[in-house]
Amino acid sequence: MASCKQQKIEALSGQARVLRQRVIEMLGESGSGHPGGSLSAADIMAVLYWHEMRVDPSRPDWPERDRFILSKGHAAPILYACLAEKGYFPVDDLLTLRKLNSHLQGHPDMKQTPGVEASTGSLGQGLSIANGMALAAKLDGGEYRVYALLGDGELEEGMVWEAVMTSSHYNLDNLVAIVDYNKLQIDGDVREVMGITDVARRFRSFGWVAIDIDGHDIGQIISALNLARGTKGQPTVIVAHTVKGKGVSFMENQVGWHGSAPSPEQVEQALAELAGGKE
Amino acid sequence: MKGMALKKATRDAYGEALVELGKTNPKIVVLDADLSQSTKTVGFAREFPDRFIQVGIAEQDLIGTAAGLALAGKIPFASTFAVFAAGRAYDQIRNTVAYAGLNVKIAATHAGVTVGEDGGSHQMLEDVALMRAIPGMTVIVPADGIEAAAAVKAVAEYTGPVYLRMGRGAWPLIFDEAYEFRMGKATLIEDGDAATIIACGIMVSQALEAAKLLKSHGIQVRVLDMATVKPIDTEAIVKAAQETGAIVTAEEHNILGGLGGAVAEVLVETHPVPMERVGVKDVFGRSGRPDELLKHYGLTPEAIVTAIQKVIARKA
Repeated sequence: MASCKQQKIEALSGQARVLRQRVIEMLGESGSGHPGGSLSAADIMAVLYWHEMRVDPSRPDWPERDRFILSKGHAAPILYACLAEKGYFPVDDLLTLRKLNSHLQGHPDMKQTPGVEASTGSLGQGLSIANGMALAAKLDGGEYRVYALLGDGELEEGMVWEAVMTSSHYNLDNLVAIVDYNKLQIDGDVREVMGITDVARRFRSFGWVAIDIDGHDIGQIISALNLARGTKGQPTVIVAHTVKGKGVSFMENQVGWHGSAPSPEQVEQALAELAGGKE
Repeated sequence: MKGMALKKATRDAYGEALVELGKTNPKIVVLDADLSQSTKTVGFAREFPDRFIQVGIAEQDLIGTAAGLALAGKIPFASTFAVFAAGRAYDQIRNTVAYAGLNVKIAATHAGVTVGEDGGSHQMLEDVALMRAIPGMTVIVPADGIEAAAAVKAVAEYTGPVYLRMGRGAWPLIFDEAYEFRMGKATLIEDGDAATIIACGIMVSQALEAAKLLKSHGIQVRVLDMATVKPIDTEAIVKAAQETGAIVTAEEHNILGGLGGAVAEVLVETHPVPMERVGVKDVFGRSGRPDELLKHYGLTPEAIVTAIQKVIARKA
């Protein structure tokens, strides 16, 4: 059994590495976009799409599918990488990111991209959307679950806390928020910009179940999602401590890589590191 | 047409229409942000508590949650005062609802100066301009309780984002129960050839009073109820310009960007004729009784009569 679990973790880890490679390739081609927050979320996204969520790429509108909302919409590259690798659209499309006539917009556009559940990009809005979906599931007796990925800097948006209240008020145990706690936002360290600390405690005080994990530890991500699934009567937040730019040495913990694309040489180096499996 | 004796607020008609809709359409859900007594969603809340979602004083979350419900196949009506809906939650309406073309009905009450004593902070005068500028948004400003109820039913059947603008006060019923609301079509209420008044909301009542005054001076004007401000009935506007040669718009809204702006946009590109805009002249509102405020801001039948006299003079 243990080895079976280990195999699963290795497979997901490998999937995350592929996603990171795709992100680098896409951004190298587009010449603009957001690598840092895409790479920090890669392990979470791999577990969600290849382990946790019930989705069927051949039926993007399947009513019973689980829903994923990328509230931190600027991390669109990692979402697109997942959707392409899952088969929602050809992997080759990824290289059209941000180009005129591409269905891959700079920020997720549900009208254009199969598998994108909601249009996001203006920060702070995804959890409310997820709440609405989770409420609808409760009304209809639907079995599906809703997952929202938020940035840590995004928690500065007041609307997030409006939604946080709504999730717990309506006992939305079919909803999981995941905070990609990579500690950096455009203007610097989230603690310096707006004192973002004790994220789990803040959610708990609003009536949530909160779990702190290493957001690059596949086993911990799986365990936290299992815990959320077993929780009744309360929403769960997984505070995933991550490294911005994770997997590419020169991008890790560098705020400058929030929103700039790598040069061809940097793409080469990044892909070499990722191919070597260097952490 | 009624004898203008019965009065009803469009928000009351909205509340009643929601309950009726709720009985026949299980997809209808209603959201409110702590104003259900005022927006009149309280009736739906009592009748269908499971399908009523209170979000508290949180208008951004109100719109975002409505978006999520729409994505899951519900038909959400999200209600609060116009100033909080179109103002405070503008980005949520633009980026989450309209950009994705979601089937969310934003039913805003307490628009305009007739909010009264609460004052300028609560008297929304630029919502039609804001909503009209958003691609794909339908904007409806019903003239009376009958039209409001009919519009609620029509927008529930229509798929796409809608901004429905309603008022606080009770105003005369213009239409009778046989009235059929057609989204995107102006309604001819009074015919004439001297000039045309194009109005929406409570200003349709004021326009009809103005038409009566003008008639006593031997001037017969056309009155169009332009309840759908977007998409606007271009055909009716061009026809009015061609057949009456002069246009006056009347709205309980800033004269910038609202109905007057929309009509002017059509006229300059089709059949330019003398035109005047009756509305709030690019200032904020203030406290007072609704009737005093209408006089203060020149939203009266007399002001419409003056504007008609001006456009007729300019025709010559």
